[in-house]
Amino acid sequence: MSYVSLSFTVLFVALSIALSLWLRLGVERDIVVAAVRAAVQLIVIGYILKLVFASHRLVFIVLMVALIIAVAAWNARGRAKGIPGAFWRIACGLVVTEILTQAVLVGFGVIPFQARYVITTSGMIVGNSMVAAGLLMNRLRREVENGRNEIMAILALGGTPRQAMYPRLVQAIRAGMIPTIDSTKTTGLVQLPGMMTGQIIAGQDPVQAVRYQLMILFCILAGSAVTSIVIGFLTYPTLFNRYQQLREDVLT
Amino acid sequence: MASRAVELKNVGFETGGLWLLRGVSAEVDVGQTVAIIGPSGAGKSTLISLINLMRTPTEGEIWVLGQEVRAWPVRELRQRVGMVFQSPVIFPGSVRDNVLFGLELHRRPPRDVAELLQMVDLPAHLADHAAEDLSGGQKSRVALARTLAMEPDILLLDEVTAALDVHAKREVESTLLRLKRELGKTMLWVTHDLDQARRVADEVWFVAGGRLVERGTPAEIFNEPRSEALRSFLAEGGEVRS
Repeated sequence: MSYVSLSFTVLFVALSIALSLWLRLGVERDIVVAAVRAAVQLIVIGYILKLVFASHRLVFIVLMVALIIAVAAWNARGRAKGIPGAFWRIACGLVVTEILTQAVLVGFGVIPFQARYVITTSGMIVGNSMVAAGLLMNRLRREVENGRNEIMAILALGGTPRQAMYPRLVQAIRAGMIPTIDSTKTTGLVQLPGMMTGQIIAGQDPVQAVRYQLMILFCILAGSAVTSIVIGFLTYPTLFNRYQQLREDVLT
Repeated sequence: MASRAVELKNVGFETGGLWLLRGVSAEVDVGQTVAIIGPSGAGKSTLISLINLMRTPTEGEIWVLGQEVRAWPVRELRQRVGMVFQSPVIFPGSVRDNVLFGLELHRRPPRDVAELLQMVDLPAHLADHAAEDLSGGQKSRVALARTLAMEPDILLLDEVTAALDVHAKREVESTLLRLKRELGKTMLWVTHDLDQARRVADEVWFVAGGRLVERGTPAEIFNEPRSEALRSFLAEGGEVRS
């Protein structure tokens, strides 16, 4: 697709702005920012990927994946207001997910160890895990706020923070995983997923495209589970101090 | 066993730059019931929450059964010093599940639920009822039975009858008094009900503005108040806000 052809699709942005103005939705500024950011980010990343793919150097693959994880963790951290050390805990969850999924994919020869495969699959897996991490953190906050009395009652009976938090943690981990499970259930029925669509447009055999898509769906499923569980178990102890008290200075 | 159940030595508690308690020194003997009265926001609940280390004193020391609170293993301390809250927390499940909840947290062998329910004047047949369906007074007693199941030496009671109607209040109160007589439990009982304090206490502490202003027998506190703060608190019928 040429830049000229692409420029025609800017009409969709204009349409969104016009609708926002007409109905006084007040989101036209956000639409412009979103469109410009998406365009700049994607064009820049397109050129960077071109360089990385051409260089065939391991260090660039690692750097790209590290950048993806750092940006994802920074983004998800926004949902974890008041939870200390959230960035590092989210980053840790994403790193574990990345290592596990790529170990299986590359280790079993599902994909070759090449930048074009590793970086693109990492982006999809980490991107979805980031959403799970954000949901988990958000739900964890609410669970602690709403369940404060129950948590205090368990602590007062001499229960450990883990015993006090376990039912809350399970709910938060479920909240992180459910959107991925639900969207996996309806995939292909409601929407054709991005990776498959891209391959079909690029001329790939649809059946071959389906195989790749299934691979990535299963990775995303595992990714959301691993990320939610790792981050959940890393995060809940930070809500308590060494005397097994719910910290008053967090979550406020 | 130490004859002192609790000893507070110049205790202070600060949070967010605000001192909620300052310079509190007092002691409670084993088997004694202390009623803690004072205006809302005076620091009464904060004071008892320091005794089972639900909060940590910022300054001073708190000795419980011969050992400073921070030197106790936390889990053991909280089994020996039971706490019952104003609004009873009921966990999902039956009355039996709720009563045995604390024991299961510690993997201690279950106790006879009927006996525990009898201890708090609830009929044994309630054991298999859904705890959520009970009345407010019954829930309070289930929460109390759950704490008693742990066989604590000291009970911290935080306005346990405040949310109850007159009838339920008297029932819970008489249950607690019987426990004191029969089991010799030490109790620190925060209450805003002055008549209750008069009925239940061996000693009354008047806390205001984060200080232990006055302490004495119920007769001394209610008939011969020494401080102006206590006099005006009693004159207002205990409804003064600090």
